[in-house]
Formats: sequence, C-alpha cells, structure tokens
Amino acid sequence: MADIKLRGLRKSYGAHEVIRGVDIDIADGEFCVFVGPSGCGKSTLLRMIAGLEDISGGTLEIDGERVNDVQPRERGVAMVFQSYAIFPHMSVRENMAFGLTISGASKAEKAEKVQRAAEILQMEHLLDRRPSQLSGGQRQRVAIGRAITRNPSVFLFDEPLSNLDAALRMDMRMQIGKLHKQLGATMIYVTHDQVEAMTLADKIVVLRDGLVMQSGSPMELYHNPANRFVAGFLGAPSMNFLEVEVLEADSENAKVARHSMDPIVVPVRGRKFAPGDTALLGLRPQYVTPSTPDEGVLHGQVSLVERLGSETVVDLAMEDGTSLIAAFSEDKQFERGERIDLAFDPARTHLFHPDE
Amino acid sequence: MSVIGSDNRNLRLGVRYLVLILIALIFVLPLLFMVMSSFKPSDELLRDTSSLRAFLPVGQLSLDNYTGAFERAPVGLFVFNSIFVTGTTVLLSLVICSLAGFSFVFLQWRGRDVMLSIILATFIVPFETIAIPLLLEVSKLPWLGLDGLSWGWLDSYRVQIIPWIADGLTIFLFVQYFKGLPGELIEAARVEGASWFQIYRRVVIPLSGPVIATAAILKFLIMYNQYLWPLIVVQQEQYRPVMVGLQYFFQLNPAWGEIMAYLTLITVPVLAFYLVLQKAFIASIASTGVKG
Repeated sequence: MADIKLRGLRKSYGAHEVIRGVDIDIADGEFCVFVGPSGCGKSTLLRMIAGLEDISGGTLEIDGERVNDVQPRERGVAMVFQSYAIFPHMSVRENMAFGLTISGASKAEKAEKVQRAAEILQMEHLLDRRPSQLSGGQRQRVAIGRAITRNPSVFLFDEPLSNLDAALRMDMRMQIGKLHKQLGATMIYVTHDQVEAMTLADKIVVLRDGLVMQSGSPMELYHNPANRFVAGFLGAPSMNFLEVEVLEADSENAKVARHSMDPIVVPVRGRKFAPGDTALLGLRPQYVTPSTPDEGVLHGQVSLVERLGSETVVDLAMEDGTSLIAAFSEDKQFERGERIDLAFDPARTHLFHPDE
Repeated sequence: MSVIGSDNRNLRLGVRYLVLILIALIFVLPLLFMVMSSFKPSDELLRDTSSLRAFLPVGQLSLDNYTGAFERAPVGLFVFNSIFVTGTTVLLSLVICSLAGFSFVFLQWRGRDVMLSIILATFIVPFETIAIPLLLEVSKLPWLGLDGLSWGWLDSYRVQIIPWIADGLTIFLFVQYFKGLPGELIEAARVEGASWFQIYRRVVIPLSGPVIATAAILKFLIMYNQYLWPLIVVQQEQYRPVMVGLQYFFQLNPAWGEIMAYLTLITVPVLAFYLVLQKAFIASIASTGVKG
C-alpha cells in the first residue's frame, strides 16, 4: 500500500507545456479518479506516475520516496491500459504471470497468484486460452488480472473501459469497484466519463489544460463546484447556465433576473457580485420541477423529449431563444411544442462570473 | 441477362488465369529447362533448345552429368561452405539487425535519428564501389583464433560472414515492423518490470515472425548468391562457395550438361529453405492477433 504526492508536477514537450504545475495528495488505499475532457493531460499525468513519461518539473513521491527518476519497474505500480495491452502470443495464464516470470518467481508462487487473481475475476476457465479467443471484456479482465498478480502498491487504470460496450462497461465498473474494496490498494483511474468518476471515486480530480480545476469527494464536487467548468463537467445531463443580471447583492445572496425568468434570490457561495453585473446562474436539470403558470419561475416550449422510463429529459426553448434542459425523475409525457412552466429551489443554484 | 452476366464473369476469370499462367511459365520454364537438361548429354541439350523438347524429359536421359559434376568439382564441399556461410550470416544478421532495429525504435539515445539516416543511406551505395576498400581493410584485420593472434582475414569463413552480418536493408525491415507493434505492449511490459532486453526477447521477437521470415529469406538469397566478394577474398578451394565453384565448369569447352546438373544441385537448398520459411511465415501471420 502507498500514498502518492504530486508537488508542482510539470510536463513539457519542447515549448509546449501539457501539465502545468499539479499538486495532488492521494491517500493510502484511496480510489482517485482523474477526469477531464480530451487533451486535459489526465493520461499524461497517469503515465508520469507510472514512469512512462519523464517528469519535466516538480516532485512525485510514492510512499514517501521521491521517484521522479526511478524506472517504472521499481515504482511498485501496475497499469491497466485502454487497449488492454495483453500479449497476443501468450496464453491468459502466461499473460497474468508475466510480471512474476520477469521477477523470477517460482512456478508454485506463479500458479498460486494466478489462481487467486483468476478467482477474484471469475476467469479460472479462461486461463489456457489465447487473447484472440477472448471477448473485449474478458481481455480487460486479463489485463486487470496481470496487475493483481504482482500485488502492487498502486494500481493505475488508463481509461480501461472505453473500448467496451455500454452494458459491459457498467459490469466492469462494478467489478473494479469491488476489486478496490477487496484489495484495499491505492488506485488511480483516468476517465473522461463522469459517471465512472462519480461512481468509483473516493476522490475526483478534475483537470483542464494541464491544471487541476478542483479535487475532492464526488459529492463535494457535485454540490460545491469550484468553478463553472467543474459544475458543467460533473452531472448528467450537464448543468444549465443561464445568463442573468444581478439586481442586488450582498456577501451571502444576490437577487438576479432575466428576460424569461422572474427575479429570485440565490446564494453567492463566497463570490462577489455588484448590482448591474452579468452573471451565470447554474441550475442542475434534476433540480427543476414542473409547476403552474403562477408559481413557475421559468417558462418555455418543449422542443425535445427523451423518455428513459425512470427519467424524462426535456429540452425547453425559452422565450428569449436560449435552451434549458430539465430532467424529471419519473416518466412524464410532454408534447413537442407544449408550453410548460418550471420551478426550482434557488438555494440549490450556483452563481458564477461569466469568465470563470 | 443473368446468363450473359455469368458468361462475362467466366470469360474474365479465364483471361485472368491465362495471364497468371503465362507469368508463372516465365519463372518456371527456365527451372524446368535446367532440371531436364541436367539429365541430357551436352550435344542433345543444345539441339533441344530450338524446340519444346528442351522442357520435356525425352531423349537419352542419364545421371552422367551428375557424376561428371562431382568428378569435376568438390560439389559437396562448395554446398557445405555456402550453407555454412549463409546460415551463420542469416542467424547473426537476424540477431544483430533486430537488436539494432529495437534500439532505433524503442530506446531513446542521442544521435539516434541521424544514425538511422546514415544506415538507410547505405542502401544506395552499390557493393562494387566499396569492394576494394573493404578488401584492403579485411586483409589487415586481426583475428584471435585457437592458434593465437593472426593478421588478415583472407581465405576464411569469417571474411565471408562478418562483413555481411549487419546491413541497412535488414535493419530497415526490422525498424519498419517494430514501429507497427502496439506501443502499449512495450509499455505494459516495462511497467510489469521487464528490462529492455527482456522486452526484446519475450515480447518483441515472439511477435516478429513475419519480419524475421522476410529478412531471413532476403538475406539467404543475397548470401547464397554471393559471387564477387568470395571471388576476391577466397583463393583456397577449402572455403569456396557454390557460385564461385561454377567457374570449374567454364573451361575451354563449357560442359553444359554438367553445368545444368551442378545448378540443379545448388538450387535445391534454396528451394528447401524458402519452402520451410514460407510455412513459418504464414503460421506467424495467422497467430498474430494483436487487435480486438
């Protein structure tokens, strides 16, 4: 087991800096997820921890030891790749025992550890097959099995579920979650899928352009996003951002209004606004509820309805032409073009500066 | 309509086969002529060249040419020399050139790209232009053998082997093939604790069947067909390879029947080698399923 500390970590390719000073603390046994859009540097950061990319600046510590210049094999990490990266010329058994073979483990030790990993992943019956005889999900389990057999102090996952179909992805996601509970090892997981991030993580690190936007527990980030980017990135469907005008403001609250919305008082959560400022009102689709014309705060016409059975997602075209997504927690029927009125709890909104 | 369509298809197929057969004949007929002529006396062989009889087992057939060939030249020794020199060079070349290719593709070192460019540039230098400088060089090189230190490599196996081990083409073949291997396999092996040499031996080489077969076939053909180099560096019959041995048959009156018998004998190892590797080549392609 190991804790990991990243201090001012930087990575440049020539003049182009892709990781621009990252500080992260990952506790022993924690499941930490790096999340962010494509090109944000999350995979590069993971590869720097693995030792597959040189570190241009800053310090990386694993278990209290500076490992900037330590070879991958001496870092005590195991990595699961997006493309599985299992060796096609070896059987599943040989693949899983690869690290042990390299380290010169005895036959008995290899057999025992491979058997244990196969039991954990329920793949004892696949041990003598070749990778070409396996499905995508099975191959990914082999890759995870290969990581388990070495009993590493840190597991690194680089978008391991991206190549799987939706059903399998959910199944594997749960397996990885269980694996973490079972092994109790420190795990770092890279994904661009915020559902994976929210469901698996003890700690989420949201990255953008090589910088940490915010880190914390999934619920902390969901309920108290540090900025507009984090607010928009976490949660599905994404948070709505409505341009509003600040009518009044103090250190606690602000009164805001817009063309197709009646004035409301919302919390400012530490931000400073002045009357006349333009701001963005962040409103999660799940916190919007159907209302009556008298009590409703937002009014618009239904332009699209997605009925998912357990949830109904409505795209609403408001009078000023902007669009708003609302997600209702049960199956509701709306007609396209129907005029509806919506309400929400102002206490659950977020007010952002437009340039955040 | 469908009858006309199917007629058209058959016609196209027929034409295609005809073209293929004609192309195949261009390659097969000289071989057939060589084998058939090796059983005929020289005068009959020359007479037959004006008719299709040249390709048929007709006339006065015997094994006399073969006996004659063995009497005229130490065929067995020449074939052994060629197979020994070729086999050793191919094996060493596969090891050295694949290691070089591995280093060019997977390792980071200063001057790597420049060095690769220089090696690739050697493609365009014809051997004839460096034959004499190379001869001067090998004639002065030291050698530590069982009988102590000696100078000069002329008249030996090593002079036929060592200068031919590393070459730009073989390195280029390995470089191109290694570049196509999935990088994540190498990275996975690194994270799993493998050293660079272990990655080379346990991951890269087992996945390189096709390029090994291709490089081996090409190198084999180049080495087995060596003529100019052994002609200038080997004077003693003891180290002479098959192609140089052909000189024995071109005296005042070339013994065409014996020449054909000799050529047939020295072609057998080439065909055998090709057939063996062709099988390995196909097998290695079939078993390499990297993608999901």
